[in-house]
Parts: sequence; C-alpha cells; structure tokens
Amino acid sequence: MMRARVAYAGAIHDASPSGEALRLADGRVVAAEDVVWLPPFQAGTVIALGLNYADHAKELALNVQKEPLVFFKGPGTLLGHRGATRRPAAVKFMHYECELAAVIGRPAKQVPRSRAMQHVAGYCIANDYAIRDYLENWYRPNLRVKNRDGGTVLGPWLVDAADIEDPATLGLRTFVNDKLTQSGNTRDMIFDIPYLIEYLSSFMTLSPGDVILTGTPDGVVNVMPGDIVACEIDGLGRLVNRIAADEEFGR
Amino acid sequence: MPAGAGFVSIPFDVPPFRLSGAVYGTLMNHRSALAALGSAVHRPPYNAPPAAPVLYIKPRNTLALSGDPVGVPAGVAELEIGACVGLVLGRTACNVSEARALDHIAGYLIVADVSIPHEDYYRPSVRFKARDGYCPLGPKVTARDTANPDALLIRTFIDGELMQTASTADSLRSAARLLADVTEFMTLSAGDVLALGAAAPAPRVRAGQTVSIEIEPLGTLETPCVESLA
Repeated sequence: MMRARVAYAGAIHDASPSGEALRLADGRVVAAEDVVWLPPFQAGTVIALGLNYADHAKELALNVQKEPLVFFKGPGTLLGHRGATRRPAAVKFMHYECELAAVIGRPAKQVPRSRAMQHVAGYCIANDYAIRDYLENWYRPNLRVKNRDGGTVLGPWLVDAADIEDPATLGLRTFVNDKLTQSGNTRDMIFDIPYLIEYLSSFMTLSPGDVILTGTPDGVVNVMPGDIVACEIDGLGRLVNRIAADEEFGR
Repeated sequence: MPAGAGFVSIPFDVPPFRLSGAVYGTLMNHRSALAALGSAVHRPPYNAPPAAPVLYIKPRNTLALSGDPVGVPAGVAELEIGACVGLVLGRTACNVSEARALDHIAGYLIVADVSIPHEDYYRPSVRFKARDGYCPLGPKVTARDTANPDALLIRTFIDGELMQTASTADSLRSAARLLADVTEFMTLSAGDVLALGAAAPAPRVRAGQTVSIEIEPLGTLETPCVESLA
C-alpha cells in the first residue's frame, strides 16, 4: 500500500493513489496538483547516514568509515513533495542527496540483524540537501549544513515494507531539470538497513515513526534557484522539489 | 514514565510551557569548553575554532525526568554530566534578531546532557550522547521574566559534594546571540529546547552515585546513576 499525507480544503488527510489522482480517506478523489503534500508520516527521530556509499565517499575524497557516520535531524527541516527549498544567495555548493528512507514500525531495542527487518514499517524517498560552504570540522556534518529549514524532503508516499521485495536492490536516480545527474543502487550501501537497525538499537531505542535516511550514492551536483530536482527510487515513486531564492523567503 | 520512553511531561505542562520533544544542545559555547582544548583547536582534524554554533540533537529516546536513573553501559567507568541551562521556545523563531530573540522564549529549564566521555568532536558523537535516558530535563519550566539567562549560576553536586560551579555569563554566545545565529538557518518552534552549553571539565559520575544540578531559580534536577541492566 502507498500512503500520503496531504492538506486539502482546510484539513490534513491520509491519501492513497487513485490512477493519476489521489483518493482521500473521506472518499474524495482530487488531483495531485490540488493538494499540499506533507511528509507521508509523522516523523519521530530522524536519523541520517553520511558517506554510506563507497562511491560517494570517494567522490568527496574521504575515507570509508569503520563505523556508521550517524547524525540526527530536527522536525523543522522536514518538507513534503513539491515543496521549495531555499538556497542562500551567497553559497557556492548546495546539493541534493537521493536516499532510501526506512521507517520504523515497531519499537527496536537491541535487535539482532537477523530480526531487524521485522521492525521496518515501510520506505519512502528522502532528498537530504547539504550546503557544503558551511561545513566545519566540529560534529561534522554540522546542523548548518544538514539541518536547514526545508532541507530534508520526504515522500511522496510511504510504501509498506511488504510491497518492497528487496530494499537492498533498488535503483536510485536524481534528475535536475529532467537531466539525469545521479544514478545508483541500494546494493552499494556500506552499512545496509539490517546492520543499521542492529547498530542503532544497540544503544538507542527506536520507536514507530523514527526514520533512517540511509545515505546517497555518487553524483551530487550543485543546484540553483529555479531548478527542479526529482529523486526516484524503484517502487517508491518520484519526489519533486524546487530550489528557491532568498527573495521568496523575504531574505 | 520511565527514562527513554520518548516523551517528557513536566509539571508545568500547559502551553506555552509544554515541550515539543525537540532538544538541541550547543557544543563549545562555554568559554571553558573551548579553552580546555587549548591549541588543539587549530590542529587537525579541527584546523580552526568553530565559526557557527556547534549544535547537536538529543533525540526523544534520551529524554527523561528528574529522578529517572541514567545507565552506565558495561565496559564504561564513568559518565560525563554536561550541566546546562535550556531555553524553552514559546513561539516560532525564524531568523530572529538578537534584539528580539528573547521575546520568543517561554522560559528555562535545567538540561543534564549526559555523555560517555569522548575526546573527539570531529564527528557527531551519537553513540556516546544519544543513549536512552541520556537527557534528563526539568524539574519544571521557569517563566522567562523570572530569570536572566545570561547570569545563571549552575552548580553540580555528586552525592552532595559540589563538583562544578559555572555561570552562563561565561558563554561565548549569549542566549539572544545564540538564538539569532541558530534561527538564521533552522526555525525553532514552541516547546523546542535549546541548551546553552556546558562548562569544562564536565563532572564525571559512576554507577551508584547521584548527580544534582542546581540553578537558582530554576530548581534542582536529580539524576541517579545506575549500572545498565542490558
């Protein structure tokens, strides 16, 4: 099953696909362009991975990690499908990161790898923007780089885990203005989802709604105001975002 | 509610004093914290002192109340207690000016930022800082106008013995300056907590001991330290 959360006609609704349109929980069928797409679930702790694809680590000229590079994101950074993300005028390098997001469905505490996937409710696409100009070597990647307003786009759908046969063989693609700029496959993750659940749950209890953004492959490029960035993952749909200039935000 | 259950309900739990569950900490904001690193801040991997505020998140599994125990994992001798003043947001703060920043605060509470001691601040220290129950908060939210966030004395006791005295007057960024610099890139919402930063060296505590953090007029936050069950 694929589920969305949308705002329409004065309320927030659960929605599911109905052909090219959306069927709201109250029975109305509405055009996808007529709703405001929200992140498809109410996220708890947002856990992100850095350098989790060997090719991306190489692209950034960094050594492959011995231990997962984990950081958290706050609620203010989350954004839905078809939203706008601000690029400050002064920066030189802002890039998208297309990532498979695994959403926790059952509490997980000290869960071994062999049982880890039982704790996954479903998956969605994440576009985890970064502005490299702001990187500093303190708790790197610091929040100014990775936790900006509107910098973590989730959606469009939360897809049930049962509908994804093998999350470890999914193709990921990003298009900037319809041009393919990033292409990879989840099989190239350094630390796969069962490993990450085992690792994280060894020291922190994961709860339903917590989400793990599993990192991005090679192929990140600079984006500019006006660019339309679309991230695709096999079986999960296409997550679209627009880059906005300061002026739109009164800056 | 047990430590790490994921939600904090504090006695003064009505808007605008209700917590959202989002808790941000600030590393190296107390003068002593950066000074403790000495010339190392100019060497790899850091190469320079931080320019922007160095922030981290204490996720919901870490949140706990005064009186909840904090666990020392097997193989770890002591925990570090980062005694902080936490600003509680009263309304949405986005790109606020320093002059208007404190208008967005509902009040203050005590934040005990618990960590497994670690020397390296190059990478986010999630495994050391985000364990269940590692962020006791409380004991209540004290309303904004009853205190000056830049003149609060923080006293940390272990089993009744005074181990550290620090003042928020020694912050590199004042409460207002920090809010301005943080909300330039990330909006804070009502009920979010932003901790001002702990002094160094942080007191260390062993299983069997109890930490008390006293801040007048915020009250006392008490955290017994136990051996982890698991």
